[in-house]
Amino acid sequence: MQFRNHTLPNGLQIVAECNESAYSTAIGYFVRAGARDETDELSGVSHFLEHMAFKGTSHRSAAEVNQQLDEIGSHSNASTSEEQTIYYAAMLPEYQETAVEILSDMMRPALRQEDFVTEKQVILEEIAKYDDQPPFGAHDKAMAQHFGDHPLGRCVLGSVESVSALTAEQMGSYFQQRYSPGNMVLSAAGNVDFDALVQTAERMCGDWPSFEVTRETPTAKPRAGSLQICKETATQQYLVQIANGPAAQDDDRYAARLLATIFGDDSGSRLYWELIETGIAEYAGFDCYEFLGTGIFMTYLCSAPQDADQILKTVRKMKQKLQEDGISDEELALAKSKICAHVVLSSERPMRRFYAVGANWLQRGEYRSVREVVEAYQAVTSDEICNVLKKYPLTQETTVAIGPLKKLDMADKP
Amino acid sequence: MSNPILSHQFDSGLVLIAEPMQWLESAAFTWLLPAGAMHDPTDLLGLSNFTCEMVQRGCGTRSSRQFVEDLERLGVTKSASVSISHTSYAAAMPAKQLKAALNIYADLIRRPHLPVDQLEEGRLVCYQELRALEDDLAQKVMQTVRRQQYAAPFGRNIQGQKSSIDRITSDDIQQHYQARYCPNQTILGVAGKIDWESLKEEVGNLFADWEPAELPSIDEGDCDASYVHLPEQSTQTHIGLSYPSVPYADPDYFQARGAVGVLSDGMSSRLFTEVREKRGLCYTVYASCHTLRDRGSIMAYAGTTTDRAQETLDVMSAELVRLSQGIFPQELQRLKARVKSALIMHQESSTARSGAIAADWYYLNHVRSIEEISAIIDQLTCESINSYLETHPPHDLKVTTLGEHALEVPLAIS
Repeated sequence: MQFRNHTLPNGLQIVAECNESAYSTAIGYFVRAGARDETDELSGVSHFLEHMAFKGTSHRSAAEVNQQLDEIGSHSNASTSEEQTIYYAAMLPEYQETAVEILSDMMRPALRQEDFVTEKQVILEEIAKYDDQPPFGAHDKAMAQHFGDHPLGRCVLGSVESVSALTAEQMGSYFQQRYSPGNMVLSAAGNVDFDALVQTAERMCGDWPSFEVTRETPTAKPRAGSLQICKETATQQYLVQIANGPAAQDDDRYAARLLATIFGDDSGSRLYWELIETGIAEYAGFDCYEFLGTGIFMTYLCSAPQDADQILKTVRKMKQKLQEDGISDEELALAKSKICAHVVLSSERPMRRFYAVGANWLQRGEYRSVREVVEAYQAVTSDEICNVLKKYPLTQETTVAIGPLKKLDMADKP
Repeated sequence: MSNPILSHQFDSGLVLIAEPMQWLESAAFTWLLPAGAMHDPTDLLGLSNFTCEMVQRGCGTRSSRQFVEDLERLGVTKSASVSISHTSYAAAMPAKQLKAALNIYADLIRRPHLPVDQLEEGRLVCYQELRALEDDLAQKVMQTVRRQQYAAPFGRNIQGQKSSIDRITSDDIQQHYQARYCPNQTILGVAGKIDWESLKEEVGNLFADWEPAELPSIDEGDCDASYVHLPEQSTQTHIGLSYPSVPYADPDYFQARGAVGVLSDGMSSRLFTEVREKRGLCYTVYASCHTLRDRGSIMAYAGTTTDRAQETLDVMSAELVRLSQGIFPQELQRLKARVKSALIMHQESSTARSGAIAADWYYLNHVRSIEEISAIIDQLTCESINSYLETHPPHDLKVTTLGEHALEVPLAIS
């Protein structure tokens, strides 16, 4: 396993974890463009642009992009979040060059008007799909409620109104502001020929114009509060809670993830034994998410409507106890072995490693091997977890409820 | 690129299948026990699922908490599920922990406590699953289509019904466990970094005293009506389609699989191109081969907003008709590339292989190695698939729609 990196003169960064015994190769572009970079008017444009990258370039029609990605047997896709847009493909090593050529070409999309109009319908269908699907928008509404005017309060998909009103010209100008090579990372893992990767990237991306890109990172001023939305057609009641957590650059993110595993992993955690094994809730999870400049702890609860009040009270008590008493050494040891085994086992697939390597480079400009990640988790002490709890009190949080209940007691008292 | 598949049948009837993958650091196993939803008595639907829940509540010398924590200490990731034909327990772990994990699972399978004092908690978990299903509209549609396609009990819901879960007693669970958790017709698939001889010896020792049981045959009932509409005030109309096809064990299976691949594998497939890319009618659309041991079908799904639902169904139906008129060489070439790269990527996952070899044994009494499947794929030609399609056009279409309005359904298709 060898880490290599190179930066093109125009600023495009290329990183790879090369493992010549791997069966496959995974590559992908990470672009620092997400919902947090949008305005009200442009809400949803990063995600819509991600779709448009598959609709053709000046060299390829939409059908040709799809056909050529399939011809090399690649498993390719893309995703957009608050922070970044990722385009990726996993394939057999002999197709590395073709895959890099196609993905690189996609990074200069044609944004043709006719394709734009058709794809807008697909985006509106995607919004409709999530509207029908649990937790019925509770995640986006909780983020909006928690972050208020902060850029992280924006919804990745946008709304029916914002997407309907978007024009191809607006998208083109957004592209011109975000897709500078210096704002992008080309990441690869598995059986990678790194020298050939750099050569192909130079040929395909060397003439991309470089320009300055800025990102607003105002301090988040989260507002603890609550919001209740009645959805009569839902069977279950859904609850999302958000508290502050460590940011992407903070060293205590490892302690935060161990804390989240102890309290709310989907098996063997405190929430699991209290609410899932007992059949009181359908789901009870707690996790942390890191962004540039800030982070969150998110609780997700789902149950029969008549039990939601009691569950909310129970979870509040559990958080208060965690806040006051911290965790046991035994809990910490178990969480470490669980997370470390997961990190090691999932690293067997290049698909997982290209993502970890690229995201780490984009967010922190650093490479961490699997061994270093495991060591970072192993080094966490229970005192460090207590410090995370002190710094980010779980008892101050935003709560959003969606479900058939007209009234839920969300007052902040155990 | 292929590995030898090793198999051994113990005197009790238990079949052990293994695929050594020495380049991995992980190992994984999958248990298939002949306790599927099709074995549930008609007045106790959901019994296999309820039993699976109770089996995991303590075994051997361990409480349910000790069971979970001991596995976590070993770094084992576990899952349990019930299908129409089996109850499955699967686990993945660092290879050096395989023996210890098998020891714990020997207790789970042979010595579960099935604690009477936790029966009501287990029942609550089953109710949660039923309620979750009510909010999962896409799954609800596909479950309904399965009941239209397959005669009872082969199209059943795994979760049963509220009224049947109400009725299940501790004795029912005990009897079901005794009757169905037996070595005859049980398959254990193991893949990863393993030593065959010591694995065989270990499994032989752990399950030496397991007695075979008599497994009664299944009575076949009727299918539901050809068209079912489920009225729902949803944002999208969810469409499920199905028609009979050949099962996995049929010599023609890969002809059918090839045809469906042209219809739905990859972004250049016909459904994706015609329904989504050209017309923007939906975000999700797919078709796949669904197989039982002695029968199979093609299942398709699309979710689309209400006013475009009829057009979506019409385009999907037209594509089924067009498929029966034949496929083209470029389509087959792309499909072959995708399937072959997926096969090679399977080499990176002990979990995927342990599940695949166990399932193969169930369907075929034999395991197709990656090399064997690869050879079958190589032999597919447009002529072979087209001649299959000519003699097996879509027929006896079954349709479910869920949404505001019923649709005009082309039941007479072919």
